[in-house]
Amino acid sequence: MSATFLLDGQPVSFEPGQTILEAARAAGRYIPHLCWHPDFPPHGSCKLCIVKVAGRHVSSCAMPAKEGWEVESDTPEMNGERRALLQMLFVEGNHFCPSCEKSGNCQLQALAYDLEMMTPRFNHFFPDRPVDASHPDVLLDFNRCIYCELCVRASRDKDGKGIFALTNRGIHKHLVVNAESGRLADTDFSADDMAANICPVGVILHKRVGFAVPIGQRTYDEAPIHLVAMRPEAAGDD
Amino acid sequence: MSFELETAPNRENLRRVAIDPVSRVEGHGKVTLLLDEAGHIHEARLHIVEFRGFEAFIRGRPYWEVPVMVQRLCGICPVSHHLAAAKALDRVVGAVPVTATADKMRRLMHYGQILQSHALHFFHLSSPDLLFGFGSPVGQRNIVGVARAHPDVAKQGVLLRKFGQEVIRATAGKRIHGTAAVPGGINRHLDAADRDLLAAEVDQMVAWSQGAVALVRRLHEADPALYDQFGHFESGLLSLVRDDGAMDLYDGHLRLRDAAGTILRDDVADQEYLSLITEEVRAWSYMKFPYVTELGPQAGWYKVGPLARVQNCDFIPSPLAEAERKAFIDYTGGAIQHAPLAFHWARMIEMLHAAEVIREMLPDPDLVAGERMADGVRTGEGVGIIEAPRGTLIHHYGVGDDDLVSMCNLIVSTTHNNQAMNHAVRAVARKYLDGRELTEGLLNHIEVAIRAFDPCLSCATHALGKMPLIVELHDAGGAVVDRLSRD
Ligand code: SF4
Ligand code: FES
Repeated sequence: MSATFLLDGQPVSFEPGQTILEAARAAGRYIPHLCWHPDFPPHGSCKLCIVKVAGRHVSSCAMPAKEGWEVESDTPEMNGERRALLQMLFVEGNHFCPSCEKSGNCQLQALAYDLEMMTPRFNHFFPDRPVDASHPDVLLDFNRCIYCELCVRASRDKDGKGIFALTNRGIHKHLVVNAESGRLADTDFSADDMAANICPVGVILHKRVGFAVPIGQRTYDEAPIHLVAMRPEAAGDD
Repeated sequence: MSFELETAPNRENLRRVAIDPVSRVEGHGKVTLLLDEAGHIHEARLHIVEFRGFEAFIRGRPYWEVPVMVQRLCGICPVSHHLAAAKALDRVVGAVPVTATADKMRRLMHYGQILQSHALHFFHLSSPDLLFGFGSPVGQRNIVGVARAHPDVAKQGVLLRKFGQEVIRATAGKRIHGTAAVPGGINRHLDAADRDLLAAEVDQMVAWSQGAVALVRRLHEADPALYDQFGHFESGLLSLVRDDGAMDLYDGHLRLRDAAGTILRDDVADQEYLSLITEEVRAWSYMKFPYVTELGPQAGWYKVGPLARVQNCDFIPSPLAEAERKAFIDYTGGAIQHAPLAFHWARMIEMLHAAEVIREMLPDPDLVAGERMADGVRTGEGVGIIEAPRGTLIHHYGVGDDDLVSMCNLIVSTTHNNQAMNHAVRAVARKYLDGRELTEGLLNHIEVAIRAFDPCLSCATHALGKMPLIVELHDAGGAVVDRLSRD
């Protein structure tokens, strides 16, 4: 017989070693997340999966479940925390949804809608982040990077190429391409790589696709992210 | 090079009046007048505060983002920018021509935009002046005043505009800032249910548009001295026309007529616009002054927009609007009409044409089915020209092998009309303001002349917002001696 914990008052059973987020998903319960992906070990960077356990805030994607815990997730307090985290992500980069081709397929935008983020609240940083359009098939628009490192992990662990890396810390943190020139064209990156198809926001884009699918008919236009994310096929991208 | 009343010789000793910013005009513009002690006008200028940030913003962006991004140039005619950019980028992706479905969806969208914009301009922005008089009480001179005194006119204006917006929604996907036109084609079909909804209303829209033409015509005929003379000046006419000389607001070649009506240049392909036009910079204005290169800046300026288009084409390819065009031509016995207030008449003829085009297109099966995208040999450059509600709109892009925009030049209709609007302002200042004590009603005369062109200062200047009118009187030293304001 498996152990159980309470998620917002409802019992959730889990196997030993399962994280709170994994057990919740297995039970059909959604906890918001951005940097977590079913194909990779927990990363714990975005903190969107934050829950409250015994008065402490923990990352549910990384925290193993424990028998008898009372976990709070879908509460005004936790959703307020998540909104603030989203607001910080929005102002750190240049996220201009109205002309972004990822609009409607973007997890950051979808979470902002789902969690009813109405204003940016903080001052925009307006960082200067030039695009890399050197590759024939893929555009890198660093303006929108949220540093989830999914591309870093996918390229290193699944594609076996190690094309991306994060450098520096704090507000100087940024994503770089592992090539002497720093240009994507000077790597063996391919549009078929997992890393080319995993970015939850609009950084790594297949070229010349743009607005081929109308806004209004896209993944998160049709269903909110708390439903889309629970679909069996939902990996990370649209 | 200078024009009468453009620059006063003895500027230091004159009193300055600034109409700042111009009201019921989208965007940010201002008029300055220099007066002597006796109130004679020595200088009159329309300045449009231009912010050239947008081109820089587009450079370095992937080309497929541009038709969506440029809609942010303007809150009033985003569809025109959307389509002009898509047309320019069709060239870059080699989609020449685009598919029948793409061409028709875009045309329908464009004529919806013409209808909604012309309805907005006439009923909301200009009919108060025309129905109540230019110097009428300021509290009455707005759409609410029109609704009180002429409820049918106001209601038709609102519903015509709404219908135009519905055409845009059905074709572009959203009422504002749709994403339907993409380089190489269109990303959606017309929904049959939307088509049927529009078809059910379109006869009424045609009828109301006919009524609007009749209304403006009656106004002209009732007071020809005012309508034919107010702000009068002569200039050349520039617009696109279809290859057979018909009016076509979506596509065609450039045609230039001189003020007397003689065709000076015809068959100028859109890709060759630089062979026709030069943009001049003048120190006192942020906005450039385009002119026809071979005629030079003194003689080569022209006007664009409805008044140019209705007289530049050989015919209008829809029967009701064509009958109205003929009546318009007959009004002067065939002589070109240059009076700024005739813009309103021409604009309503175009609105009627747009309603007829929409009615004719709606049953077309290519709208609801068919190939949406085309492609071909990639090129590094493209020009897209469209006749936007306010006149000729030019988008010109260079795109590198890396797919990023490397060059961008935009000439909006208000820029084409810059010199013409300055002439209208000077004509009105000379006739109505010279030697008189300035009142709000008199200053409104200046604005009536500017508004006839339907300038969209927000996209000409690439800044957003609509501001209240503030009139300040400055003495010769620049100090504010009086101030009038209204919302
Ligand atoms: S590029 Fe995308 S996947 Fe990679 S770190 Fe940035 S947001 Fe994450
Ligand atoms: S999903 Fe848990 S920290 Fe990002």
